[in-house]
Amino acid sequence: MSTVIESLERDQLRRVPAFRAGDRLRVHFQVIEGTRRRTQVFEGVVIKRQGHGSRETFTVRKQSFGVGVERTFPVHSPKIEKIEVAARGDVRRAKLYYLRDRVGKAARVRERRYTGPDPTATLEAQAAAQPEAVDAEGVEADEVAEEAAAEQADADGATQAAAAGSGDAEGSQERTASSS
Amino acid sequence: MAAILARKLGMTQVFQEDGRVERVTVLEAGPCPVTAIRTLERDGYEAVQLAFGASREKHLTKAELGHLRKADAPPMRHLVEFRDEAGELQVGETVTVEAFEPGQRLKVAGTSKGKGFQGTIKRHRFSRGPVSHGSHNVRSPGSIGASATPSRVFKGIRGPGQMGNERVTQRGLTLVRVDPERNLLLVRGSVPGARKGVVEVRSDG
Repeated sequence: MSTVIESLERDQLRRVPAFRAGDRLRVHFQVIEGTRRRTQVFEGVVIKRQGHGSRETFTVRKQSFGVGVERTFPVHSPKIEKIEVAARGDVRRAKLYYLRDRVGKAARVRERRYTGPDPTATLEAQAAAQPEAVDAEGVEADEVAEEAAAEQADADGATQAAAAGSGDAEGSQERTASSS
Repeated sequence: MAAILARKLGMTQVFQEDGRVERVTVLEAGPCPVTAIRTLERDGYEAVQLAFGASREKHLTKAELGHLRKADAPPMRHLVEFRDEAGELQVGETVTVEAFEPGQRLKVAGTSKGKGFQGTIKRHRFSRGPVSHGSHNVRSPGSIGASATPSRVFKGIRGPGQMGNERVTQRGLTLVRVDPERNLLLVRGSVPGARKGVVEVRSDG
């Protein structure tokens, strides 16, 4: 790849805490409702990280009113204000798609016990020591619409999902609309 | 109007001010010295000739070097004439990316990637025939005309042949970002040609 493109991509990298699939995250990200801008928190388990450099994204899955909701964020998106690692997960694979087929207790991820110096924890400490520069700018409008739709789907799906017992509504899985 | 020559470096994505991700093609454009002016009286048409692509003296002929020296330009590999620019530039001036503004509409022309000799399915998006029940008509083009009348194939019937490696102009592209320090243009979407290919960038409409 051209070094010019590499440097363009490097310029966009932000400081993020170390996390991997299985960890429980709280993602603080900005949404715009009409003219108002506010911060929303999406908490759930990371089921995948993919891509490299400025193109890297991660997907967080949570249960919302009995419906599985997944959201994919670009790791270095300026819309993300903060990523908090709430818990470390003990998992054996990089992509936790198997969680989609599980409901309730079976869908839990075991927490990682302390077994000596944790390399990711020290990395995280370094990351925490240097607070990330938050670029407080506007948010894309259609994502807000999507967000509203997803919340609607959550509410709608709650009763249906209870009946279906799957707890996983594919239709409500949202993706961050990254492109215009 | 603005026009410049550029080299396609490749594609990537950038975060916009508002957090959106824009997929862009990175073009290294100019600086392009104006090496000649074509005038109606002398040449029969109006145009501006721009040079691009730093080269070395030993790679150019004496005729090329002499032409460039007349415009006080360094050795450059490519010379392209732009008709729309006539009357706005003088020999000795230089066109840089600063002639463009973010948000502007562009058209980008270049030589598309060569695909070689291709059949009608890939080249003209024909549909294929049946693959089973003894069919041998899988990728053949089908009928190319009638029988005794007209006893010939009409001109212009689409068939197999060379695909790609021809001049393509992509219109209606949006300029996302201009980087005057590194002579970069970031254009939304894709532009014709392979990486390292030379393209002509012009403002559109």
